[in-house]
Amino acid sequence: MNQGNGSPDQRFLAIQDLSVAFSTEDGLVRAVDGVTVSIERGQTLAIVGESGSGKSVTAQAVMGLVDRQAAKMSGQIWLDGEELLGLSPDEVQKLRGSQMAMIFQDPMSSLHPFYRIGDQIVEAIQAHRSVSNSAARRETIEMLKKVGIPAAERRVDDYPHQLSGGMRQRVMIGMALINSPALLIADEPTTALDVTVQAQILELITTLKDEFGTTVILITHDLGIVADVADHVAVMYGGRLVEVAPTGVLYDQPQMPYTLGLLSSVPRMDRERSMRLEPIPGNPPSPITLPPGCVFQPRCTYTDRVPDGACATVRPELLPAGPDHLVRCHIPTEERREISQEVLRLLAGAER
Amino acid sequence: MTEDAREILRVTDLHTYFPVRSRGLIPRTVGQVKAVDGVDLTLNAGETLGLVGESGSGKTTTARTILRLIKPTSGRIELDGQEIATLSQQALRPIRRKAQMIFQDPYNALNPRHTVGTIISAPFRIQGVVPPGGVKAAVQELMERVGLNPEHYNRYPNEFSGGQRQRIGVARAVALRPMLIVCDEPVSALDVSIQAQIINLLHDLQEEFGLTYLFVAHDLAVVRQISHRVAVMYLGHIVESAPRRVIYTAPLHPYTHSLLSAIPIPDPTIQRNRRRIMLQGDVPSPIDPPSGCVFRTRCFQAQERCAVEVPPLTEIAPNHWVACHFPVAEPPAGTGAIRVGSVVADASPAAEAAAAAAAAQEAASVRDQQIPR
Repeated sequence: MNQGNGSPDQRFLAIQDLSVAFSTEDGLVRAVDGVTVSIERGQTLAIVGESGSGKSVTAQAVMGLVDRQAAKMSGQIWLDGEELLGLSPDEVQKLRGSQMAMIFQDPMSSLHPFYRIGDQIVEAIQAHRSVSNSAARRETIEMLKKVGIPAAERRVDDYPHQLSGGMRQRVMIGMALINSPALLIADEPTTALDVTVQAQILELITTLKDEFGTTVILITHDLGIVADVADHVAVMYGGRLVEVAPTGVLYDQPQMPYTLGLLSSVPRMDRERSMRLEPIPGNPPSPITLPPGCVFQPRCTYTDRVPDGACATVRPELLPAGPDHLVRCHIPTEERREISQEVLRLLAGAER
Repeated sequence: MTEDAREILRVTDLHTYFPVRSRGLIPRTVGQVKAVDGVDLTLNAGETLGLVGESGSGKTTTARTILRLIKPTSGRIELDGQEIATLSQQALRPIRRKAQMIFQDPYNALNPRHTVGTIISAPFRIQGVVPPGGVKAAVQELMERVGLNPEHYNRYPNEFSGGQRQRIGVARAVALRPMLIVCDEPVSALDVSIQAQIINLLHDLQEEFGLTYLFVAHDLAVVRQISHRVAVMYLGHIVESAPRRVIYTAPLHPYTHSLLSAIPIPDPTIQRNRRRIMLQGDVPSPIDPPSGCVFRTRCFQAQERCAVEVPPLTEIAPNHWVACHFPVAEPPAGTGAIRVGSVVADASPAAEAAAAAAAAQEAASVRDQQIPR
């Protein structure tokens, strides 16, 4: 799960040096800045970050949803051996919905309020395959059953407003998966849902992923959800990847101070409660005025570990820190390991 | 937080219903949304009560009714010993000094055309309070206290980040040193790294000014961090309330168990090996709630009795109230690192009754699932 050694297209999905910038009245917004990451077929990659980290724009770039008029884009996106950024809008349109599909936080962004849910899914089928109306309807009902809609034969004729939030989310997932896309991008799919419904939806995504062998990119800010479903994790901050690792490694040996900060700021139910949380000081950077060196430097508590104030002036590279583990930080790897283990020990020390 | 602490708030049998009207020329009331349906709660000085529940549970309506932002249908609200449920808006105005609110959305809660100084000084103006040293000095001191730069007195909300805006909201709420602050999902719109900052700030202000919080939230991990006691709401009812430690280590209501097990723990090894309770379906409509126990349609413990008999909220152990016919006396699923506290293990009659219920549950081999990953 790292850079593809010059042959990015060998992985199922390989994003190579992707940059997306928008010019606005206030200046150039560097939403995504040199992102390189790849996934094997059938795996789940979580992209973690806070608002403004560039995680959603990265996903939209893969789906071809970034407005090419408004944005400056560079880099390459390889999906199953095909480069996407060089394709015409029509060609991308063909892939969208068949090869790749996306689900959103708000299901009403995918569902049309005036049409019956069944008709909308039938339309999705017939846009990509020549299937008769009755066969498409049968397939739709099958899918609604699969995503857990009770009384699917009847519900297929409901309008979106007749369904609860959780049910709409299920319908949207069903619509996304109806053409068995090889890649599913889920952008904060459960953020608007209650925890008991969230548990149902995550379970559903995992089950369907296993059944269809779908590759999943999960975009989230919730480290609990990542721990639940992801195989690999890419942490983004200020438009850049700052740490990429297999899920177990990221939680056991996080090395980037930002990742450590995130893990320390979340209250954990499975541990003895500590009197105070350890937040990351300060605020996320504005994507217009990014710091010149390390994007995390203004909030980092370890900058004194690096000589000559390099954190503020020299941009660190994303470099290997262990097997399949990439970190963007000036602090030497050995020292980072020590910091990491000490922080984790302190956090766990609150236990019992 | 001692036993004899002064009572700040007492809510008794609170009901807030919203009429459902038919369409047409002459609308008629055809039903009621029973948003809050018989809620009792008390709050002592210096204490934080966490009010948790999912959307539609009535937690926000409860909070807003307590502040009289919504008129209750019936019931009593005593703030600092004074009954306020039936007061007119005019009579309420002096009371508002005693109770303030922090809102969820720091973008909509601040007037974009007012400067920070105007926003934070509003409580002084409205209540006609002149602090010693003048309003501006008081506001700047508040800004400093909540972690804002006092020199930004004349800036507008759009010049601040989400976390800073929430600090503005906090400064406004504490300006008059109210007895009670109702926090309605105060951190759920904020980024993870900022949430912890605001929780710590609320905690520090509580210690410094002796504030009392009613903390409404859906995130049980956040609520655990800040609350002394926790009340769990479902469909307009409080189904369980207990001291923090008890709720998280020895919950009895099946719904509390389900909520605790549904929250993903940020540790892949623990998270993927937890036993989890999967609730079926969604929260029913509050227009037509289920008969008997409101949770029975999704409950893994439900039996015939639950459909006919409303379980009363009963004090099953000291300060531990549960509304359930068949409580579950087991450690919460999957929070493996936490032992069952001694608090409930000692409460013998309740524990026995609950243990019997637990045995019955096993025999019935219910739907809580082992999910191997």
